[in-house]
Amino acid sequence: MSLWKQKRIVSKAVGLAALALSAAVGTSVSAEEAKTQYFPLATFRVGAYASSGIPVWAGEIDYFRYINEVEGGINGIKLVWDECETNWEVEKGVECYERVKAGKNGSPVPIFLPHGDPISKALTEKSVADKIPLVTIAYGRTEAIDGRVFPYSFPVVFSFWSEASSAVNFIAEKVGGKDKLKGLKIATVYHDSPYGKETQVPLAHLAKTYGFEDIQIPVPHPGNEQSAQWAKIRQLKPDWVFLRGWGVMTPVAIKTAAKVGFPVDHIIGGIWSGSEEDVRPAGAVGKGYLAITPFPAGANFEIHQKLKKYILDKGLSDLKDPKSFGSVYYNSGVDEAIVAVEAIRTAQAHFGVRPINGEEAQWGLEHLDLSEKRLAEIGATGLQQPLKLSAKDHEGGGAGKVLQWDGEKWNVVSNGWVKSDRDLLLPLIYERAAAYAREKGITPRDATN
Amino acid sequence: MSFFIETLVGGLLAGVMYSLVAIGFVLVFKASGVFNFAQGSMVLCAALTFVTMRDKGIDFWLAAPITLTVMVLIAIAVERVVLRPLVNRPQITLFMATLGVSFVIEGLAQIVMGASVHELDLGIVDTPIEIGGVQVSQFDLVAAGTAGILVVALSIFFNKTRVGIALRAIADDPQAALSIGIRLQTLWQIVWGVAGFVSLVAGLLWGARQGVQFALTLVVLKALPVLIIGGFTSITGAIVGGLIVGAGDSLAEIYLGSLLGGSVSTWFAYVLAVAFLLIRPAGLFGEAPIERI
Repeated sequence: MSLWKQKRIVSKAVGLAALALSAAVGTSVSAEEAKTQYFPLATFRVGAYASSGIPVWAGEIDYFRYINEVEGGINGIKLVWDECETNWEVEKGVECYERVKAGKNGSPVPIFLPHGDPISKALTEKSVADKIPLVTIAYGRTEAIDGRVFPYSFPVVFSFWSEASSAVNFIAEKVGGKDKLKGLKIATVYHDSPYGKETQVPLAHLAKTYGFEDIQIPVPHPGNEQSAQWAKIRQLKPDWVFLRGWGVMTPVAIKTAAKVGFPVDHIIGGIWSGSEEDVRPAGAVGKGYLAITPFPAGANFEIHQKLKKYILDKGLSDLKDPKSFGSVYYNSGVDEAIVAVEAIRTAQAHFGVRPINGEEAQWGLEHLDLSEKRLAEIGATGLQQPLKLSAKDHEGGGAGKVLQWDGEKWNVVSNGWVKSDRDLLLPLIYERAAAYAREKGITPRDATN
Repeated sequence: MSFFIETLVGGLLAGVMYSLVAIGFVLVFKASGVFNFAQGSMVLCAALTFVTMRDKGIDFWLAAPITLTVMVLIAIAVERVVLRPLVNRPQITLFMATLGVSFVIEGLAQIVMGASVHELDLGIVDTPIEIGGVQVSQFDLVAAGTAGILVVALSIFFNKTRVGIALRAIADDPQAALSIGIRLQTLWQIVWGVAGFVSLVAGLLWGARQGVQFALTLVVLKALPVLIIGGFTSITGAIVGGLIVGAGDSLAEIYLGSLLGGSVSTWFAYVLAVAFLLIRPAGLFGEAPIERI
């Protein structure tokens, strides 16, 4: 055998050995990583809404890191996550979902967090086919509360209908009772989109029930000019304004309200009009503005002290701007992570301690019981409302706190959590879900299972 | 009746804000025939640069010239890197180039200065005042005054200065202008620099109204019908177009919107614009191109 041939054989052997070794390492990495729980995060760090999103992912990632660093994972199963940029656009959100739905390195996707109302609506049917639950805290399709028709959609904590009802109940609290709502004028200034129109039905129903006048005023996207809408407010002279904005619409509304002389302390912002990012650009005229939210601001909750000690102070936080620690959006990320982690924990208790797949996480969500006791253990008392989910109720909570902007920070001004009239609204929600089922040919599940 | 007048006045003043953005488009189009899609990004970039410096404690009167310098440097870079190599290419190529510039400016501005929302306080009181029983925003009056000063200054610049006259010559006939020694590159840098200055003014006023955030780029959506109505080559047209769009939008929102049961101001301005395109394609003050066949 010539030297050249010998060299070729040796180099082939080395190549094959290297290939075999890398395959073996790869397999062992996959096996190792399969002991982790994968959470794909659909994020929007660039584009028109990036300023709203960035603190949310910080809260979420900080809590995941806390679970890994301090608790060693969920019962020892560490969390891994990666991000997919959606730009808050439906096509990109769906593309992200398709890319991640198969899981990563052998670890399945237990829950998908779409982070965008239109994206969540586009994924409603796909998620059923793929058996991956969509958790949409404080957004998403309201009728998905009925899990018999929407088994894989979870508008957990605070739906838009609950938001509207809690806002009305807060007004009742301010005027001295629900009987005093009769004769009041409540104008809803809303983002002219499916999201913005979502509260029209419950408000019409509540207006009929309590006798207040329901005025609806649309604002076209993006809402950077609202002089006509607020001229109308000046003409109609409502007692209260319920502001359901998104992005730039909120600060422009607050400023334009001041221009026409409408008192800012009689404007109640909705969930997505109630963050620091919404009110700071309005400047001094925003002082006194109210907002209803399931994510009360503040950094004094027990979980925040833990996050500060173990994550922020150790330089492990995802938060770039320390001012946002405890902001509404940061806290919404923490809330979302708590719900996701507790759903996995519930599923693990039933299916065994291992990475949980979508179908198992759906069971975990439908059996999630975040009691006062459990919230106290987590350190989230006051930050997260108690909630108990079931197949018939994918919302569970349905209450919000009302915050007031003092020019520097939010302060809670409601008497704790303001509950919505869920008993009044649930029959309507079930009716709409049933209509959806008929339209799509869905046979509702048996809720007793 | 007073409600009608109040709505009309509010709309007219809102229209002036759109005019401020439209003027930036007119400047570049007038001098080079290029529809500068990056104008909205320039408005965002100017406001973001200014407010970032203010947040770092830099005085207003220092932050303004520094921002202007940044905008002029961007103008020079755009001319050198993008426009100069594309001279004599079809207009659509230049338009597409400005589309690319727009995304680059937006992306870089957010990377360098962040995506946070900033408050911008110009110290202009924004409480309403009553004039003849009609409530008028003080802020909008200041914006209208600023637009008026800009129009006068730019008219003097274009009609009375050598640079302005050279710019008009290039717009009328680039070949003839070049043959008599007018330097196209230098003038493009100047006009993009002036567009940068207009972006700064528009960015400050819009930023003060809605906060400095990415959504500033969206104000161009309303500047387009303003340009179609007023004409792409007339600064006066940009103002008149803005007034028509602002008043039309406000009145339509109140009186037509309630009839149709929804918001109409997203598309009403474009209905007006299409109507003008059918009746007067060059716009109210635009110059219709006349070519010898």
